[in-house]
Amino acid sequence: MEALRRGDRIFRSLTQASAFLVLALLGAIFFSLIAGGFEAFKTFGFSFITTEVWNPVTEQFGALAPIYGTIITSAIAMLIAVPISIGIAVFLTELCPMALRRPIGIAIELLAGIPSIIYGIWGLFIFAPFMQQYVQPALISMFKPVPVLNNLFAGPPYGIGILTSALILAMMVLPFVTAVCRDVFETVPPVLKEAAYGMGCTTREVVRTVVIPYTRVGIVGGVMLGLGRALGETMAVTFVIGNAHRISASIMAPGTTISATIANEFTEAVGDLYTSSLIALGLILFFITFIVLGLAQLMLMRLEKKAGT
Amino acid sequence: MALDRARYQRRRTASAITIGLCWAAAALGLAILAAILATLMIKGIAGLTPKVFTEMTPPPGSDGGLLNAIAGSLVMTAIGVIIGTPVGILAGTYMAEYGRYNKVTSVIRFINDILLSAPSIVTGLFVYELMVRPMGHFSALAGSAALAVLVIPTVVRTTENMLLLVPNTLREASSALGLPRSLIIRKVAYKAARAGMLTGILLAIARVSGETAPLLFTSLNNQFWSSDLNAPMASLPVVIFQYALSPYEDWQRLAWAGALMITVAVLTLSIVARWLSSSRTSQ
Repeated sequence: MEALRRGDRIFRSLTQASAFLVLALLGAIFFSLIAGGFEAFKTFGFSFITTEVWNPVTEQFGALAPIYGTIITSAIAMLIAVPISIGIAVFLTELCPMALRRPIGIAIELLAGIPSIIYGIWGLFIFAPFMQQYVQPALISMFKPVPVLNNLFAGPPYGIGILTSALILAMMVLPFVTAVCRDVFETVPPVLKEAAYGMGCTTREVVRTVVIPYTRVGIVGGVMLGLGRALGETMAVTFVIGNAHRISASIMAPGTTISATIANEFTEAVGDLYTSSLIALGLILFFITFIVLGLAQLMLMRLEKKAGT
Repeated sequence: MALDRARYQRRRTASAITIGLCWAAAALGLAILAAILATLMIKGIAGLTPKVFTEMTPPPGSDGGLLNAIAGSLVMTAIGVIIGTPVGILAGTYMAEYGRYNKVTSVIRFINDILLSAPSIVTGLFVYELMVRPMGHFSALAGSAALAVLVIPTVVRTTENMLLLVPNTLREASSALGLPRSLIIRKVAYKAARAGMLTGILLAIARVSGETAPLLFTSLNNQFWSSDLNAPMASLPVVIFQYALSPYEDWQRLAWAGALMITVAVLTLSIVARWLSSSRTSQ
């Protein structure tokens, strides 16, 4: 009996310790990144995130170009992925024949399971040449006569670059956003939809005036979740971004992102300041994704509470 | 009241366009999946010779295989899962069984969900600071640790969710028999949630076996056979990364063969996991 009691206590403390380990893990990640990036922040101060220069030879490091690249690729990716994801989710919940719902749903989920390095190698060998041959020349000639916009689509078609990375990112976050949207669309009470159809609403009107308003918070949560993924995505982007430390007006020019910079340069970084600058970049990335993912969680939790009551 | 035919027609058209766009979106999603899988099949099978499984990674310009990379991937994934799974299961157990209504649990759940989607390259940096820098060299052990950090949140999530599904009456019945709490959890709750927890572990394996970013500067790479956990070790994803970006055709062909292997392994694991969880729920 005494042995049983002791076993009980030990098991309980073990589980408790493990649970707190998860909390400690987050703290340890933050702490180690702050410690590792301390030298860079001490040397450059606040100007680390406001300067564009990245010169390993003179040991001048500024994070502006990678930060810009991270944000612009993710933003374009979300602009493309969100409407398509909502479209697929509507298809899966409203339009698709019952027999096909599961297989198509699983196929989209498989897209989420493909490792990011596969997107990278596919993007480099198949998608980038396709962009270079067909899409980019078409975009360049299409926007040539348009003022302002022609700066966005200027320059030689490299194939690789910001736009190609953004499109690959869009393909990668698509299944995540789709999955969340489909799940929240399924929480809409059928009675609401049936009432709307009964009043003579078309499918489009039911989706726009019933389904989407009812699930708005959930959709935003799903979008933020996808954004968090896109911001931190490494391998796929590293293959196709071109790793150029500059900010170009054209979205077809090569650029870089925080994660691609770290992946490309970390093992080759010579000197403490170089390494420290890369770790500081990692800290900035972790901070940004932490906030985005945190907001996503809060929104999805709010929806769950609503569904629970 | 006269029926406004023009307006009705407009609404019908708008709806038809929306429906068409949704079909197109789904078709696009499937087309992307098909395009990626088709490329992998064509390019991967071309490079998939028996040599791939029997020879080491070659120096540039010569023939060879991926044996040391395959072995390295298996070893590091296995160690990562062996370290990460118990921690994940125990933490999930605390959240679902002991601390179900605690404030702490909701904080842990919040943090865990963030860790689940956090950039994996940051995990690599973390383990670099934690292990590689103090030890002074890259090692397979550090790579495994980085993978373990990625395993934990996945397992915590599924364990907690599956234990929450176990009906409370089961726990109450065994409690009435006088079983201590820890035995109720281990003998009753775990048994009821077994299939779901296994699914979580399979999904975690699927996730980490394709991860590249956390291995780049923890286990690094190794051109030769190595069974020393304290030394750099090759892994399939890192070799693919290195070979795909190289200008040598032999290397690129091996990269495609490796890519096909990883994808088949990962997709098989996730399909098995899905089948396992769906066969349980249909009972």
